[in-house]
Amino acid sequence: MLDFVQQLVSGVALGCVYGLIALGFVLVYKATEVVNFAQGDLMMLGGFFAFTFIGMMGLNYWLGFAGAVAAMALFGMVAERVVVRPILGYPQFSIIMVTIGLGYFLRSVAGMIWGTDDLKIDTPFSQGVLRMGSLVLAYDKLSVIAATMILCTLLWLFFNKTMLGTAMRASSENMLAAYYMGIPVKRVVSVVWAISAAVATCAGVLLAPITFIHSNVGLVLGLKAFPAAVLGGFGSIPGAVVGGVLIGVIESMAGFYLPEGGRTSRPTSCCSPCCS
Amino acid sequence: MDATATPETILKLSNIESYYGPIMAIRGISLEVPRGRIVTLLGANGAGKTTVLKTISGILDPQKGTIEFLGRPIQRMEADRIVRLGLSHVPEGREVFPFLSVRENLMMGAYPRKDRDGVAEDIERVYGYFPRLKERINQPAGQLSGGEQQMLAIGRALMNRPTLLLLDEPSLGLSPLLVKEIFTIIRRVNEEQGMSILLVEQNAKVALETAHYGYVLEIGRIVMNDTCDRLMHSQDIQEFYLGAKEAGARGERRWKKKKTWR
Ligand SMILES: Nc1ncnc2c1ncn2[C@@H]1O[C@H](COP(=O)(O)OP(=O)(O)OP(=O)(O)O)[C@@H](O)[C@H]1O
Ligand SMILES: [Mg+2]
Repeated sequence: MLDFVQQLVSGVALGCVYGLIALGFVLVYKATEVVNFAQGDLMMLGGFFAFTFIGMMGLNYWLGFAGAVAAMALFGMVAERVVVRPILGYPQFSIIMVTIGLGYFLRSVAGMIWGTDDLKIDTPFSQGVLRMGSLVLAYDKLSVIAATMILCTLLWLFFNKTMLGTAMRASSENMLAAYYMGIPVKRVVSVVWAISAAVATCAGVLLAPITFIHSNVGLVLGLKAFPAAVLGGFGSIPGAVVGGVLIGVIESMAGFYLPEGGRTSRPTSCCSPCCS
Repeated sequence: MDATATPETILKLSNIESYYGPIMAIRGISLEVPRGRIVTLLGANGAGKTTVLKTISGILDPQKGTIEFLGRPIQRMEADRIVRLGLSHVPEGREVFPFLSVRENLMMGAYPRKDRDGVAEDIERVYGYFPRLKERINQPAGQLSGGEQQMLAIGRALMNRPTLLLLDEPSLGLSPLLVKEIFTIIRRVNEEQGMSILLVEQNAKVALETAHYGYVLEIGRIVMNDTCDRLMHSQDIQEFYLGAKEAGARGERRWKKKKTWR
């Protein structure tokens, strides 16, 4: 039973990260009907930014975290403006190829800048455990779950209680009508990309204590987050998070209870031999 | 419907030409909307009425010609800037946001505005015009009936407190009773708020009864324009747009005569 709870918690924690990346897929897809296959790589880049600020420049963890999120939000906007917008209106296939290309590009550039070693960010949650009787839960896992819950609440408030958030939902439901209302749709799409890159960065930084940051981490996790988004209906924000958690839990349980090799969940086993 | 003192022109189209790709949908149109008046644009299916409205509100850029709104050229302006100048468009087919609540839909109409108090006032005013919307304030717009969605689409445009309202076939798919109700509101909005309205309609009878001035569009060209009084009594209009049955006593007689000829 104790094992089960511990596996459940680490599964949920990992699943939260998948969920956050999946959420980025869903946000961008809903706003523009573009499936951004570079979503995982935005997470990777966010992790490297955080490493640069915290590990290399020695900034305070929270400051570095905020800096990475802000930098990546800007990066997301620029990526949309420079890479995606010029190709909007072309066939879906071209747009998908462009985002896959963007992912490749980001992985190579990250490899050139930060090298190919696994990097680690020291966080306030890296060490320490919560003991409840004989149950031992690591802070790093709990922090991921808590942060995801906070982030989801903030996003919910943003999308439901602010004019800009409501305008984003409106644009994704009926873009033409949004134009008729005087909603600056192009700017709204930029903000959606900024948010999805910022959320991905949160995922990357939260993930840092659990796994390491390397240039392929985004590819691996992106390929697990994608089915999470599909599982959640590819259009539902809560669905994406639930889908992510589900996949995380299954993965964690399978790793513990099934024979060796069962952990790597299906979607990755076919395309990434480098994983786990 | 008096035309004694001509009020200032707030919208002026001069020789507008619009294309869908290689297809020329509007072939050189000029029209004017005076302040505080209702102007109607009549025409058969495919005449180009919707295209004219889309061109005005910046969804479509005209290839040639100029559009002046409140003395400012707007023919190449982005749609959202035109809305900010005080020009709102109720599109053909309502185009509500289906998963947003009625209230959220109305708030989106006020997106360009920053004055919270004014917005709160206007939302009450819209509920006053359309009490049925108030009963469904938290319901997703997609669950409303067609007539209620039309009310919502009009209310949403009014939330911008526009100087000029473009209405594209508000009677589309509504029962005669509801058409009457909606046009009563359109008249009220015009009289109470002095809002200028450019009204596109298939239902020529109700449009001519509501508007002050009318233009008739055929295959992308204006073929006739006059006060609605005179248009209503013009033979061509009676034959092609009103249909004898609806045209009142005089029209009915003409129709009977015609029938016996054949
Ligand atoms: N998106 C489009 N692409 C290509 N051609 C179009 C498009 N929309 C309209 N057209 C063409 O432009 C012409 C004018 O269309 P428009 O929609 O303005 O007509 P309308 O007068 O509003 O008709 P209705 O009364 O049926 O709404 C038509 O011949 C139509 O086929
Ligand atoms: Mg039309």
